[in-house]
Amino acid sequence: MKTLLAGSRYLAVAAYVLFALFPLYWLLKIAITPEKLIYTQGTALWPSSVTLDNFRSVIFASDFLAYFRNSVTVSLVSAALTTVIAAAAGYAFSRFRFKGKSLVVVLLLITQMFPLLMIIAPIYKIVASLGLLNTLTSLIVVYTAFNIPFATFLMQSFFDGIPRDLDEAAMMDGCTRLQAFRKVILPLTLPGLAATLGFIFTAAWSELLFALMLINSNDSMTFPVGLLTFVSKFSVDWGQMMAAGVLALVPSCLFFVFIQRYLVQGLTAGAVKG
Amino acid sequence: MPPVATPWRARLAVAAEPWLYLSPSLILIALVMLLPLVIGISYAFQAISLMNPFDSGWIGLQNFSTLMDDAKFWKSLKNTFHWTLASVVLQFLLGLGLALLLNRGFHGRKLVQALVFLPWAVPTFLSALTWSWLFNPVIGPIPHWLAAVGILSEPYNILSDPDTALWGPIIANVWFGIPFFAITLLAALQSIPNDLYEAAAIDGASAWQCFVKITLPFLAPMILITVMLRAIWVANFADLIFVMTGGGPANSTQILSTYIFTTAFRKLDFGYASAIAVVLLLLLLAYAALLLRLRKSLKMVDS
Repeated sequence: MKTLLAGSRYLAVAAYVLFALFPLYWLLKIAITPEKLIYTQGTALWPSSVTLDNFRSVIFASDFLAYFRNSVTVSLVSAALTTVIAAAAGYAFSRFRFKGKSLVVVLLLITQMFPLLMIIAPIYKIVASLGLLNTLTSLIVVYTAFNIPFATFLMQSFFDGIPRDLDEAAMMDGCTRLQAFRKVILPLTLPGLAATLGFIFTAAWSELLFALMLINSNDSMTFPVGLLTFVSKFSVDWGQMMAAGVLALVPSCLFFVFIQRYLVQGLTAGAVKG
Repeated sequence: MPPVATPWRARLAVAAEPWLYLSPSLILIALVMLLPLVIGISYAFQAISLMNPFDSGWIGLQNFSTLMDDAKFWKSLKNTFHWTLASVVLQFLLGLGLALLLNRGFHGRKLVQALVFLPWAVPTFLSALTWSWLFNPVIGPIPHWLAAVGILSEPYNILSDPDTALWGPIIANVWFGIPFFAITLLAALQSIPNDLYEAAAIDGASAWQCFVKITLPFLAPMILITVMLRAIWVANFADLIFVMTGGGPANSTQILSTYIFTTAFRKLDFGYASAIAVVLLLLLLAYAALLLRLRKSLKMVDS
């Protein structure tokens, strides 16, 4: 009986793993299937021969390298800006008591609750009237603002984990508070900063709808927009589309492998406290 | 040595200090989110369409009365319920199951955990594309499997059949969302004190009794908050459906958020899009208020 139970438990775990990985496996499989085999062996579990041609043509003979560069620029700059700005705000939440604090918290929570699509039209109009349509700048500003509330709460929880005595000791030794923040507290939160940076990077990397609305020139398309345009134009070039898809997956997966264990730990700590 | 500040200036400096740290965040959020939110709500009462730039102005509730007679709107509303309910229930149940499995130690648990959480890291547009390819009979296996077990009469694309199309994005959404529930519920599970289970084991409680009497009550607050947040998020979530079906065929997968996006993006009718958005916002507020009251009354029962 016991072994039966344990066996079914392993079976269930295996089912979850299969369900999680199968779509990604399929993406990779079609990406390495030679073009002439797609229609005959498209639904086979493994093609009779494999090729890297699809990757080669995506990287060297299409605009995807430019999309990739645009996406990396937008995501990196948004992530860096958001992390710096949110670190300052998170520090204020963690270290100061002041009038209006709960009001600011409520304000940040509100921004997480309403449908973001509500502001897609006003943002389009504002960006258009500033002459910033089709620029990466507009996306960077929008993504930075969108991600600040969440990043602020995240940074606050990291700062809460560092004893206040440390800032106070530094200030006793003659640092200003800003110096104490920069020289003592920030270095201690480096893992937290890295986590925040990663979260915002992946969020900006995957954003599609605002990018579709604000960008329509080929030069400044981000990866999601470029891939979707490619799909609607050349919807039969399966191998190339999936090769592009695999490439889009790389940055997020790298980040995720690095972060995921830490994620449960962080949440557990929070849950114990609450 | 800096000159000694006068007392009122010192007090002002102390009071201003937190706001100094907060100001960049607050300015950006005010300009990029709150101001457009107010403008967006005002759009709902105007005619603003980039297609007819000269036919614009305040029109009161006319957008909303058009909405009442719009069959597409009612269909989207119904689909929103279907989409949100099915997605959240399935994600939650499967996520809870996964969290319970992962909460017991076994060989390779860390590796398994990394693998099953992976879908959460996949960019949404890519999950959407991947699943729509999986449902495509030319390159995807799913139609052939469904036909082989007799669910489909022949291997066709369920995304192009109005009766089944909504299940495509729902399955993709479940795949994408299980890790969220698994992560949060696993964290909650790991904070349940172990001695409770030991005491129950001494008293001869069965596994099912332990689950119902110890695990579920401990998880309840986390379940409530995650289900609430997730439902709001899923109801607002347009990306998957927009990429997989674009709301079609025959609006069978149109939900309110995709309707908002296509109205703004394809028709450039910002007034009407904003009116739909206001309705969605009101529905979500009502839902959140309801759940918070439920939570309150649950707490009263507890004490």
